[in-house]
Amino acid sequence: MDFNLSDTQQMLRDTAARLIRERYGFEERAKLLASEDGFSRKMWATFAELGLLGVEIPEEHGGIGGTFQDLAIVLEAFGRGMVVEPFIPTVVLGAGLIRAAGNEAQKSELLPRVAEGGMFLAFAHGEPRSRYSLTHVETTAKREADGYRLDGAKAVVLGGDCADRLIVSARTAGKTSDRDGLSLFLVERGAPGLKIRGYPTVDGTRAAEVMLVGVRVPGSALLGPEGGAFPFIEQTIDRGIAALCSEAVGNMQALNEVTLDYLKTRTQFGVPIGSFQVLQHHMVDMYIAHEQARSMAILAADRADSTDAQARTKAISAAKVQIGRSGRFIGQWAIQLHGGIGTTMEYSAGHYFKRLTAIDRTFGDADFHLTRFANVPSPSGRGSG
Amino acid sequence: MDLNYTPEELAFADEVRQWVRANLPPETRDRVLQHQHLGKEEQVEWQRRLHARGWGAPHWPKEYGGPGWTSVQKYLFDEVLSEEGAPQALPFGLSMIGPVLIAYGSQKQKDYYLPRILRMDDWWCQGFSEPGSGSDLASLRMKAELDGDEWVLNGQKTWTTLGQYANMIFLLARTDPAAKKQQGISMLLADMSTPGITLRPIITVDGAHEVNEVFFDNVRVPKENIVGQPGMGWSYAKFLLGHERTNIARIGRSKAELARLKKIATEEKADGVPLMETPGFREKVAAVEIELMALELTNLRMIAAEQSGQAPGAEANMLKIKGSEIQQTLTELMMEAVGPYALPYNPEAREHGWKGEPIGPAYAAPLAPDYFNYRKVTIYGGSNEIQRNILAKAVLGL
Ligand SMILES: Cc1cc2nc3c(=O)[nH]c(=O)nc-3n(C[C@H](O)[C@H](O)[C@H](O)COP(=O)(O)OP(=O)(O)OC[C@H]3O[C@@H](n4cnc5c(N)ncnc54)[C@H](O)[C@@H]3O)c2cc1C
Repeated sequence: MDFNLSDTQQMLRDTAARLIRERYGFEERAKLLASEDGFSRKMWATFAELGLLGVEIPEEHGGIGGTFQDLAIVLEAFGRGMVVEPFIPTVVLGAGLIRAAGNEAQKSELLPRVAEGGMFLAFAHGEPRSRYSLTHVETTAKREADGYRLDGAKAVVLGGDCADRLIVSARTAGKTSDRDGLSLFLVERGAPGLKIRGYPTVDGTRAAEVMLVGVRVPGSALLGPEGGAFPFIEQTIDRGIAALCSEAVGNMQALNEVTLDYLKTRTQFGVPIGSFQVLQHHMVDMYIAHEQARSMAILAADRADSTDAQARTKAISAAKVQIGRSGRFIGQWAIQLHGGIGTTMEYSAGHYFKRLTAIDRTFGDADFHLTRFANVPSPSGRGSG
Repeated sequence: MDLNYTPEELAFADEVRQWVRANLPPETRDRVLQHQHLGKEEQVEWQRRLHARGWGAPHWPKEYGGPGWTSVQKYLFDEVLSEEGAPQALPFGLSMIGPVLIAYGSQKQKDYYLPRILRMDDWWCQGFSEPGSGSDLASLRMKAELDGDEWVLNGQKTWTTLGQYANMIFLLARTDPAAKKQQGISMLLADMSTPGITLRPIITVDGAHEVNEVFFDNVRVPKENIVGQPGMGWSYAKFLLGHERTNIARIGRSKAELARLKKIATEEKADGVPLMETPGFREKVAAVEIELMALELTNLRMIAAEQSGQAPGAEANMLKIKGSEIQQTLTELMMEAVGPYALPYNPEAREHGWKGEPIGPAYAAPLAPDYFNYRKVTIYGGSNEIQRNILAKAVLGL
């Protein structure tokens, strides 16, 4: 086994870490959040210049052809800075889907634009009644002479309010909750019949409710096989989860550092509060929770692109459970150990906590993944699959 | 032993219920049940209605306007009000400064302030905490110096809950800088409109304006605005913080929230199955329900002991610890219940009288913000760590 970083990974880590340190301080972030878009297009251009948007995109399409693990390193740094730009929606979900399911024409049209920072994407899959189920799709796509007609509603589409193009899942066959019969479509932002209601989420990123009423797309908008999109959908969400895990690990580390620092500097009763043993023990448990989460995030990143769907699913769900629990534990205790100051908007701890909470609520919470994990048989008896 | 309420007690609860149903404005009730912020007027109006019925101050002695109820009646009153969606009574006048004035205030202070508290002519706020003095309250630095017939106040208070609505503040200040820690502290009353007092909002992580910083710059208040004796403020503060026992666990409110949680978890579906019927969630709800049952009985045991003349001591701190933890678990499960719809942040939907189009189910909007907001309940009023320290020392003798 080798947990060391490759040279490329070292380089990515240094680049991303420097960017966050120098350009993404807590105050700067607050300004981005308060802006019209809720994020910075200039920052996005910087990500592109540094090659961070094309980590996984093949070289022939303008990227650097790296692995998911490479991407995970960037995500960890972004978690530390609580980056609000729609990186996961565009780069991990959107570009990831196009890479996996797209034909040559779609890849060569879209991937270079993502890599150079000229296009935002969003994956519109969840629906108002689907909760976390991936097969619960009521949106329909009906074949018409020269394409398809889409009708339905999509819920809490991450990055949906700024996406130039949406990847929409819809049923071309089958009943709600069937695995078969799902298809993916590329839909232009301005398409007639498409209504996007954008809003901020509790953690400061952005999402949208999307309505599709008789939206017409050409046959060339079909992404991947008609009726056979489920494996792509499942893998994409698994990759999204692995991405969230890496982000959460960076977040937890930063939050633990802030809290530890506070325990050493805040004095009450004439001593630093870190000298109270009960607080020391909580802080130690927070440290352990972070290390456990890191281990599982590493596993998730390693398995994110595995073609063995069962092994992948098992690792990803296990990681999501661990991340959810560690995130909740660290988040709640970080606030408690700070006392009043931890509950305020102007202090960073509460924001880390909110992002960790949002991560727990995205793509299935700890309960959902506990069940999913339990329902996958262990290959060759090894729990880590 | 008999673990049931007597027929008289049940009849009392019923009387309260009927009255609340007839007198609580439906809009107020809806807002409370939907977790929207209440307006100042609404809060005041409700207190006036209660007062007009003679129920304005359930915990006060009869001679000062209390109804003269038993501890069980007080408990039932609180529970019924919570169930029916009545606004929570604000503690600052009724449960904090009121009882202190009754016990230690001058006749003039009693005559003037107590009726005003009952009618809510004054909105009181609490000025204890300072930036450097939270858990270690006795380290407070705010100064009050006597100059002729006036106290001159200088310093800063923080975390002042709902100070933006308040016209009166009760505060702790150091009146004898030479005395050691606790000894030099006095309790004073100040009109918030006195020149030299300024307020700065603190916005909490859920986006709400609930707490404030309050600055005092050569603020002059009349000499008679001191409570009791100079230098005795610390013992009055301890009396004040320890006084409100019955309602501190907020059991009535948690029971109402538990019912709401079950309702939401029945409407929410996971793969077509109501969340309440999925094993994982169902068991988590059951677990908190059992915790709450245990706390209720623990509380009733304390009330019974109090009724038979045993004054509860630091044991009551366990009500604060457990009650606040249960409140937090309930907000957490409530947010979990709505799944992805916990994510949209729609602060307008929590405001007084909002009638817009919700994002997702109408009940979802306040749930995640409530979860963030409720982190405060294990911090304020003496953090749970401090409560445990007190129990360890006073009850266990450690
Ligand atoms: C929303 C909100 C509303 C409030 N409203 C009011 C109000 O209206 N009026 C008012 O006067 N105050 C108010 N407070 C202040 C509240 O009482 C204090 O926040 C509280 O006493 C804790 O103080 P602190 O925030 O300074 O934390 P600190 O005292 O700095 O505590 C930080 C951490 O250290 C722990 N700690 C401290 N000492 C010990 C110890 N000896 N042993 C073990 N652990 C310890 C604490 O438990 C906490 O986890 C409010 C606070 C909040 C958050």
